[in-house]
Amino acid sequence: MKTATHHREPLVHIVKRTDISTKKAVLIRAIAVIVSLLFSALLVFVLKGINPIQFFTALFEGAFGTSRRIWILLQKTAVLLCISLAVTPAFKMRFWNTGAEGQVLVGGLATCACMYYLGGALPLPLLYLLMIVSSIVAGIIWAVIPAIFKAKWNTNETLFTLMMNYVATFLVSFFINTWVTSGSGTLAPMSQYGLPRILNNWLLNIIIVAVLTVAVYIYLRFSKQGYEISVVGESENTARYIGINVKKVIIRTLIVSGALCGVAGLILVGGTNHTIATDTVGGQGFTAIMVSWLGKFNPLFMVLTSFLVIFLEVGANQISNAFKMNSSISDIITAVILFFIIGCEFFINYKIMFRKAAKEDK
Amino acid sequence: MTFITQSIRIGMSFLLGSTGETITEKSGHLNLGIPGIMCVGAAVGCLAENIYLSSVSVISPFLAVLLPIIASFIGSALMGVLYSFLTVTLRANQNVTGLALTTLGIGISKYIIDQILDMKFSQASKYFTSGFPFADKLGGFGEIFLSYGVFVYLAIAIALITSFVLNKTRIGLHLRAVGENPATADAAGVNVTLYRYLATMIGSGIAGLGGLSYIMDNLNGNWEYTVDAIGWLSIALVIFTLWKPNLAIFGSIIFGACYIASSYISGISFAQKEILKMFPYVVTIIVLVVISMRKKREHQPPAALGLPYFREER
Repeated sequence: MKTATHHREPLVHIVKRTDISTKKAVLIRAIAVIVSLLFSALLVFVLKGINPIQFFTALFEGAFGTSRRIWILLQKTAVLLCISLAVTPAFKMRFWNTGAEGQVLVGGLATCACMYYLGGALPLPLLYLLMIVSSIVAGIIWAVIPAIFKAKWNTNETLFTLMMNYVATFLVSFFINTWVTSGSGTLAPMSQYGLPRILNNWLLNIIIVAVLTVAVYIYLRFSKQGYEISVVGESENTARYIGINVKKVIIRTLIVSGALCGVAGLILVGGTNHTIATDTVGGQGFTAIMVSWLGKFNPLFMVLTSFLVIFLEVGANQISNAFKMNSSISDIITAVILFFIIGCEFFINYKIMFRKAAKEDK
Repeated sequence: MTFITQSIRIGMSFLLGSTGETITEKSGHLNLGIPGIMCVGAAVGCLAENIYLSSVSVISPFLAVLLPIIASFIGSALMGVLYSFLTVTLRANQNVTGLALTTLGIGISKYIIDQILDMKFSQASKYFTSGFPFADKLGGFGEIFLSYGVFVYLAIAIALITSFVLNKTRIGLHLRAVGENPATADAAGVNVTLYRYLATMIGSGIAGLGGLSYIMDNLNGNWEYTVDAIGWLSIALVIFTLWKPNLAIFGSIIFGACYIASSYISGISFAQKEILKMFPYVVTIIVLVVISMRKKREHQPPAALGLPYFREER
């Protein structure tokens, strides 16, 4: 844009698009994903001398190689999708909740505490009920504290929720150190108190998340509360003008958000891991932000984006295992692909006009 | 006494990180990629040091310190360029870009460290940690003020210069205008794009030095994958010190003290130590809440923090 001289039109200028067809938008994204994969293959070839065919074979092997891998792929997708669903209502309202990591962690901690203190003392159905309730309540508490301050005093929510993550991490490590006296620092899985298994450890989680996906879609798309969320997100002043109580909407939405994070913690700890560690969530609270944003805050698109992200993650892990590298390559590949997808949004939202083309347009 | 000096040493890594992030935030960029950038800064600096130490026979201590610092700065600044390209030129979401940048930075640092077979870091660390030769003779005064390596003085100097430039010069005024209200700044003839690019680059470069100082000074050259934790605390420190690098000099020492306190206090359990480690974050939250309640204008975050600026959308 600095190429402009004063009396000539700039060489390139950028025009906002409003009328792009869904087909074209999907095409641009698909191209971005393919180009990013090719770029990653090239990168790995240059860095490690692994040829692209081996690269793609390993990528698909890691994700679909065995039926166990497919189950794990689906289970991981379900957990990530659940967290992404949780952050979505808040994002739609332009409340930048970077604290999903902590909200999920305290949800998991509450579940784990129930299992540790009450496992064996209570009949299983009652224990399950308590696990569900306490994890949801814990998630809500962690999300609603920043929301109250945002609503009342406009405290910066990005930074507040970010800090809450670390408070949660150290809270978990406090409890682990209290519970584990052996000095090993890890809590042994309490599988006997885990949520009931359907077929295997993973199917129940997948079913829960599938139901939640539809529920969140309906909530955002068809309910009055979902509509209020979009209005507040578009413009707080408009919302106020038409009589929406913005503070109430912020707090209520974050209750929904926190509750869903609590569920994510429940299925992570109660459903699969049966124990907790400070890295149980493993950065997925942050990945979920990207998943939600890439899926345009639409729960149905987010199924695809979360699947894509997990596919890349397990595939890239397989690549680093197969070729005896440390996890650096999988981090780098994931980031490169994310950058491509983030970058391609530009071409969906804007059109680049060159000087000549611009003149013809007039 | 060692507690104080160690607090100051670790504090300086936070100070460099937070000064860098402050410069970036003043331009309106909430760069959540700082932890990744600090990893890259640390890894690139170590790589440069290793190359230098293994390629020359007579080692000049001056170059052994200077070269890694320059390399670290450039490497980190390039990460800043990537961030700016995505957020300014391609207008991507800042939070999403920053988080992806952190993933990338951690990956790059692992890759680089993995490539270095013969680590000479602990040898290198001696060049960074040697203080003034006459510090020993001055007793307590010497130990507290003069016993540190180059990074402590560098960090304080950078913080003071940044503070001066931000508050007393025209460049600083323009930068703050860009972060507070880019549309107004643009109308006044300030090149918003240029300021955002440069501020993010320089800020990232400085933050990257924080990563290098953590490895070379605090860990005495033992590589650890904990650089990103320092990065997140640096972001907290920016808030804790109200976006003021000169305040951050003292804030960083307090953070440093909190960070290492658990290993100096005896007679408490491991579990209680974990609660102690929570302290810097809790204090940051309290500060954040208090400044938002008091609504004093000079204590607020930059008004356009986290918001993109597109001239066409006004």
